Amino acid sequence: MNIIVCIKQVPNTNEVRIDPVRGTLIRDGVPSIINPDDRNALEEALRIKDNYENVKVTVLSMGPPQADAALREAIAMGADEAILLTDRAFAGSDTWATSTALAAGIKHIGDYNIIFCGRQAIDGDTAQVGPQIAEHLGLPQITYVEELKIEGNKVIAKRALEDGYFVIESEMPVLLTAIKELNQPRYPSIRGVYDAYKGDKVKALSAKDINADFDNVGLDGSPTQVNRSFTPQGRTGQGELFQGDCKESVKKLVVRLREKHLV
Amino acid sequence: MAVKVIELKCIGCGKCVRVCPFDAIEMKDKKAIITDKCTACGQCLEACPVDAIEKEEEKRRAGSVDVNEYRGVWVFAEQRQGNLLNVAIELLGEGRKIADALNVPLSAVLLGHNVDDIAERLIKYGADQVLYADHKLLDIYTTEAYTKVIYDLIKERKPEIMLLGATNLGRDLGPRISARVHTGLTADCTKLDVDLENRRLMQTRPAFGGNLMATIICPDHRPQMATVRPGVMEKAKYDENRKGEIVKFSPDLKEEDIRAKVVEVVKAAKAIVALEDAKIIVSGGRGLGNPEGFKLIKELADKLGGVVGASRATVDAGWIEQSHQVGQTGKTVRPSLYVACGISGAIQHLAGMQESKVIVAINKDPDAPIFKVADFGIVGDLYEVIPELIEALDDVDDIVERFKAVSQGA
Amino acid sequence: MNFNLSKEQLMVRSIMREFTENEVKPIAAEIDKTERFPRETVEKMAKYNMMGIPFPAEYGGAGGDDLAYAIAVEELSKSCATTGVILSAHTSLGCWPIYKYGTEEQKQKYLVPLAKGEYLGAFGLTEPNAGTDAASQQTTAVLDGDNYILNGTKIFITNGGEADVYIIFAMTDKSKGTRGISAFIVEKDFPGFSIGKIEEKMGIRASSTAELIFQNCIVPKENLLGNEGEGFKIAMSTLDGGRIGIAAQALGIAAGALEETIKYVKERQQFGRPLSKFQGLQWMIADMATEIDAARLLVYRAAFNKSNGLPYGKEAAMAKLYASECAMNVTTKCVQLFGGYGYTKDYPMERMMRDAKITEIYEGTSQVQQMVIAAALLK
Repeated sequence: MNIIVCIKQVPNTNEVRIDPVRGTLIRDGVPSIINPDDRNALEEALRIKDNYENVKVTVLSMGPPQADAALREAIAMGADEAILLTDRAFAGSDTWATSTALAAGIKHIGDYNIIFCGRQAIDGDTAQVGPQIAEHLGLPQITYVEELKIEGNKVIAKRALEDGYFVIESEMPVLLTAIKELNQPRYPSIRGVYDAYKGDKVKALSAKDINADFDNVGLDGSPTQVNRSFTPQGRTGQGELFQGDCKESVKKLVVRLREKHLV
Repeated sequence: MAVKVIELKCIGCGKCVRVCPFDAIEMKDKKAIITDKCTACGQCLEACPVDAIEKEEEKRRAGSVDVNEYRGVWVFAEQRQGNLLNVAIELLGEGRKIADALNVPLSAVLLGHNVDDIAERLIKYGADQVLYADHKLLDIYTTEAYTKVIYDLIKERKPEIMLLGATNLGRDLGPRISARVHTGLTADCTKLDVDLENRRLMQTRPAFGGNLMATIICPDHRPQMATVRPGVMEKAKYDENRKGEIVKFSPDLKEEDIRAKVVEVVKAAKAIVALEDAKIIVSGGRGLGNPEGFKLIKELADKLGGVVGASRATVDAGWIEQSHQVGQTGKTVRPSLYVACGISGAIQHLAGMQESKVIVAINKDPDAPIFKVADFGIVGDLYEVIPELIEALDDVDDIVERFKAVSQGA
Repeated sequence: MNFNLSKEQLMVRSIMREFTENEVKPIAAEIDKTERFPRETVEKMAKYNMMGIPFPAEYGGAGGDDLAYAIAVEELSKSCATTGVILSAHTSLGCWPIYKYGTEEQKQKYLVPLAKGEYLGAFGLTEPNAGTDAASQQTTAVLDGDNYILNGTKIFITNGGEADVYIIFAMTDKSKGTRGISAFIVEKDFPGFSIGKIEEKMGIRASSTAELIFQNCIVPKENLLGNEGEGFKIAMSTLDGGRIGIAAQALGIAAGALEETIKYVKERQQFGRPLSKFQGLQWMIADMATEIDAARLLVYRAAFNKSNGLPYGKEAAMAKLYASECAMNVTTKCVQLFGGYGYTKDYPMERMMRDAKITEIYEGTSQVQQMVIAAALLK
């Protein structure tokens, strides 16, 4: 079985802060990580590899050269091979252009039974690339996978809804997107770290290498554009602060709440 | 590069470098250079004190269409098991404003089986037209059936805008349609505006976990598609007397068209916290210190007649289920009263609750950011404050009387 | 001089940091309170090749280097000094002597499962009358046919009682003095070997510190490590490397304490402002941060030297001396900065201070380190 896992290297957005004076993003010193949902996808692929014979897990990513570290980490976790699609032509891609490039990368790899993506990236937060890749490749898709079983040439997935789930079956090849409830990802092993950096484990491919459609990648291939961006103006509250004696503060609060007809 | 530096004007101050969220600007020989990582977000343009950065001319892109051939605003009326979702009503409310601004009809796209009553209600909620596809195979949502039907409708009728709710299903359907049509899709929008001059939808959405807001446009492709965050837009008003057109049809669908088949539909065993509908929410954060703290939160919530919410930290720590999570990656809520206990007020949490009418914060740390958005705050140990508050809520009339007396007497 | 860590070392650090945050930190207070050896953490670490970081893959190790290993001990110790010393004693004292001095058979039989974490290792040199004066070994080993018979007691043995394999030192020829000491690989189930008292300690309380009792203990002669009479050399050279592990542990304790303290002084308010705004306290923090950074550079340099075949005895001693005194100094000041709260068990600070003290004592007291450094300079 061949599983291709699409991962993205992202800044750890929990650590991104706003400069209070300038109202701008501070990215200094924010570590880069494998996108959390992608780690769940990779973990599930590795579990399938642990439990079945003849499973190959290939990790694919589109990004700048430093995304190499994320791919090494994936290999240290147990992936067999990694491919980085890196090229100036890919820069500035929206989700359409990203999915086109990744689909071309997947076609270049050739053989696959499962394409596994994370549901969404914590920087873009769109959850669009997975389904779009499925469309480009003409594959059935199951998103929001919270549990997965393999039965012969079929996958059976629990697909999360806000208030329950669907059980969905599909023949392979199929595209799946993982959410954090799917599993608890393993750590990379220390030996894996050293092995990952040996030899030719990460292949870097350009747009030409994968026969990408130059009209549909990068900034110029993106139907959507950013018109402007800004740091969100927070709401400013009334700001009445009660300090000091607890009982008194509570009483004052209760009075205010009554004034607002809330109690 | 769609953004470039006018070298002559650049004074090498480096403000643009610091402001770029993508690390895409470098200084070489005291001049700023834009690198490959640029996504044309425009932050540097705003930051430059000498206007030395500008956007380049926009080029025509592959797959672009003649936008004048596309008219009309569509909303996807998501229904599950015969229940119309609230987000669909919110979309009709927002869709109405956009359709009126552009002077075009508002259509609702309804897929299902035997949901004629919903079609009627959609008209009453403001749709001028309902495109109603009725088929047994549409009874339960499947990506392939729904995509096929809507794609055919779009190809036939050419709407200029299509909105879907950013629900678990909407976010499965939206990108599949937009990829098939080859158009742009913006996810999880919290604000929509219309650029009348260009007939463009200005789609504003959070990114970087809510740390950055971006306004997206889709200039050359149609329809301009967006998924909209539930609970943010105002619901449409119901007008019993409203009239409109229902176009009902049975699409050509076969079993073989659906490769990923739904074999079972399961509703969660527990009663789900309808956070988005609650009028009062009491939330617990990391300041609780341990999962037991939520017992106290529930007590206060019950006293106030509200429901329990939670910050992401507590959910990640396993102290409470994800269904209670409020925030950027949880639910967005707009209750009349939001009480944040032991919550510091990280931006990801604020993103989910700052539209609340009244915000009360209880926190040990007087510098906690939550106090800036709160209307009323108590600085103190929540394990002292909350029991006091619960007690005081039995005595509100009394407390108010005495307070009045004191302030009048003074 | 390249002060940057390699890509592999950076990745090891981030893995250890995440592992510590999720698996070690949540139980640190509990195991200290109940003196419970964290067996489950050892099993988890074994799964991820953390129990054999500096040993080659062909011997069951991770194929890493000494600096990555020091970083691992440092990261663990930031949250739990006990977990740090379990790893350090196992790797530097339990595994390394076999790696350096073992025969191929001994390496296959013992080093491979040790490095894989299937076995836990320990090192038995110290005796009731042989602490700093380590050469005064009273445990004896007499050759009898195909076996050595060991008699004697060891005390204060880290991982004692939990380990599967022990490197034990005993006198084979009293007449030769230090040249009469030999080293043996002793399995926990060898007849005549039993565990005596388990010490109740001030700090690193979940680390099992035990008395080892040898009463006509039968050790097959294939388990002689190195040659007869080489024991003292083996012990001393092992401790040279072990110092790096302990220095890394002390460094981690100090660094972890300062991290917690910085968070605290930004939150805690007195006189209407956070403690971090008071200059006297700012100076304390500046001094501590500088001291910790200096310790870090000493530790990393010693590890670097060892990995690269450079002399490291004096350097390791300097690192251990400085880092352990730094840990004691920093944790004491950090408790001070926490005020009354620092003294209570609600906060981890008092535990970190209790944990720090042992780093100035074991694997060569600070005074021994001074002797080593002076000897290197004054010979």
